[in-house]
Amino acid sequence: MTTLTATPASTPTRVRSRRTWVGVLLGVLLVGLGVTSLFVGVSDVTPASLLAGGAESDAAFLLAASRIPRTVAVVLVGASLGIAGLILQMLVRNKFVEPSTTGVTEFATLGTLVTMIFFPGMAVVGKMGVAAVFGLIGTWVFLRVVRFVPVRQLVLVPLVGLMLGGVVASVTTFFAYRLDLLQSLQQWSLGSFASVVQGRYELVWVAGLMVVVAWIAADRFSVIGLGEEFATNLGLDYRRVVAIGMVVVAVITAAVLVTAGMIPFLGLVVPNVVSLIIGDNVRRAVPWVAGLGAVFVVACDILARVVRFPYEIPLSLVVGVIGAALFLWLLLRKKSRAH
Amino acid sequence: MITLEGVTKRYGGQAVVDDVSITFGSEGVTSLIGPNGAGKSTLFGLVGRLITPDAGRLAVDGMDVATTPSAQLATVLAVLRQDNQVAARLTVQDLVEFGRFPHSRGRLTVVDREHVERAISYLDLGPFRQRFLDELSGGQRQRAFIAMVLAQDTKYVLLDEPLNNLDLRHMTEIMRLVRQMADDLGKRVVTVLHDINFAATWSDRIVAMRDGAVVADAAARDIMRPEVLAAVYDTSVDVREIDGRPVALYYG
Repeated sequence: MTTLTATPASTPTRVRSRRTWVGVLLGVLLVGLGVTSLFVGVSDVTPASLLAGGAESDAAFLLAASRIPRTVAVVLVGASLGIAGLILQMLVRNKFVEPSTTGVTEFATLGTLVTMIFFPGMAVVGKMGVAAVFGLIGTWVFLRVVRFVPVRQLVLVPLVGLMLGGVVASVTTFFAYRLDLLQSLQQWSLGSFASVVQGRYELVWVAGLMVVVAWIAADRFSVIGLGEEFATNLGLDYRRVVAIGMVVVAVITAAVLVTAGMIPFLGLVVPNVVSLIIGDNVRRAVPWVAGLGAVFVVACDILARVVRFPYEIPLSLVVGVIGAALFLWLLLRKKSRAH
Repeated sequence: MITLEGVTKRYGGQAVVDDVSITFGSEGVTSLIGPNGAGKSTLFGLVGRLITPDAGRLAVDGMDVATTPSAQLATVLAVLRQDNQVAARLTVQDLVEFGRFPHSRGRLTVVDREHVERAISYLDLGPFRQRFLDELSGGQRQRAFIAMVLAQDTKYVLLDEPLNNLDLRHMTEIMRLVRQMADDLGKRVVTVLHDINFAATWSDRIVAMRDGAVVADAAARDIMRPEVLAAVYDTSVDVREIDGRPVALYYG
């Protein structure tokens, strides 16, 4: 009798303790990789050289001016891009969307081209603002367009998004080509943290702020993920929550674009992996997605710095290769689970 | 009381709900029957503020559906639509907790948790509470959705075709639950049903719709007549008395 009553209670507990362990592992990884990231580079910055030289040394200067900003930027970008993907997936109710499969990134890139053409001297904040506005337009256009696609057509939704992105990207390329800006545009959009130094990365904090916004409104996004009818029945202002979500996605996309460039697949892969482990309750998922996203990008960034040491390869390349492989695995795994 | 006064909804010039005036809420269980396209689901959508009417007035306990804040209506009226496709991987417990959203706004209090526990045990979902919705059978999932609207703790509960895609046993189970919710918990349940025998067995009142209008509205026994059903469905329906209960035969 006692064993009978104990069995159903112990299963969730076991699941929860396993989750706790994965969470702890994630935290340890993040701290470990973050610290490693501080000491990876061409110049001699090691704990020993820091201790030997004191606060006035070259090593300390480098740490404060380059290594810390870079690591902070990488962590924030990873965390916020994952969140952007998660929120977009809730708004669209589709697991295969993220800023770069919905045209949002392409719209934001068009925004940066517009600033290059009309306001070449604009401060980075202004560039980000313009990119964010374009990103917002992109999110709106995408949400309008997918309204005509049935929710159950899971793969059609990102396909429509990719096509939309393709159209916008070709417009961007056309004007960039005509105005001889193609090269600087490519430099802009190629995801890399190589140019991140003190004074040139602080905007990613805005993306970090959006993560906080997402966390505060987490339950609302979960309810939105149930669909408009559920949301309305539960007394939620559907349009307003969708609007908040659109702003979160657009601002994160723009902030990441102007500081680090395009980083593909991240917003897709990270929320999907987390969904497999703990499900889609946004309140529970936000710290996981942010943590895993940060770990993923920090690891990729370290890899990008050491693969061809002392040279760097673009981060987007590393993320793209690993992310694409993970995405394929998820896709094939999903299929096997469906029937 | 849920009151509709001259409510009309048109799609492309055609009235799907045509000048309907009716009141729900004095009986425990009311069933809405009628052929496909009669406007039953649209009527639910209108009451549940998912669809805006072209004309007429809707009110729940005197609160105008068009002007009352949605969050306030959500504490007295719960609507469960048919064919709920939830893509998100949520556990049964998550879903039932979201039912408390109108009361908790996301921060569950002790009272909220009691309601959640009660709803889960009421629908015998205890063993499945940590399961994801996509890991449940159709009957279990339907029960989870009903647990959610039960946790919402509203006086009025509207269930649009709750028996869809369920087998015999689960259909009976859900209807028994609907009856209990009305008798034990004092809920006022309105359901859309296709099986008129289920409607007749479990409801106090049956409202029949056809072409967007209410064509019959009476106690279950008075609707279960061949001439009434033939007029509603435009097909001949035989009604026999079995063990003192009217049973419709419509299998051809």
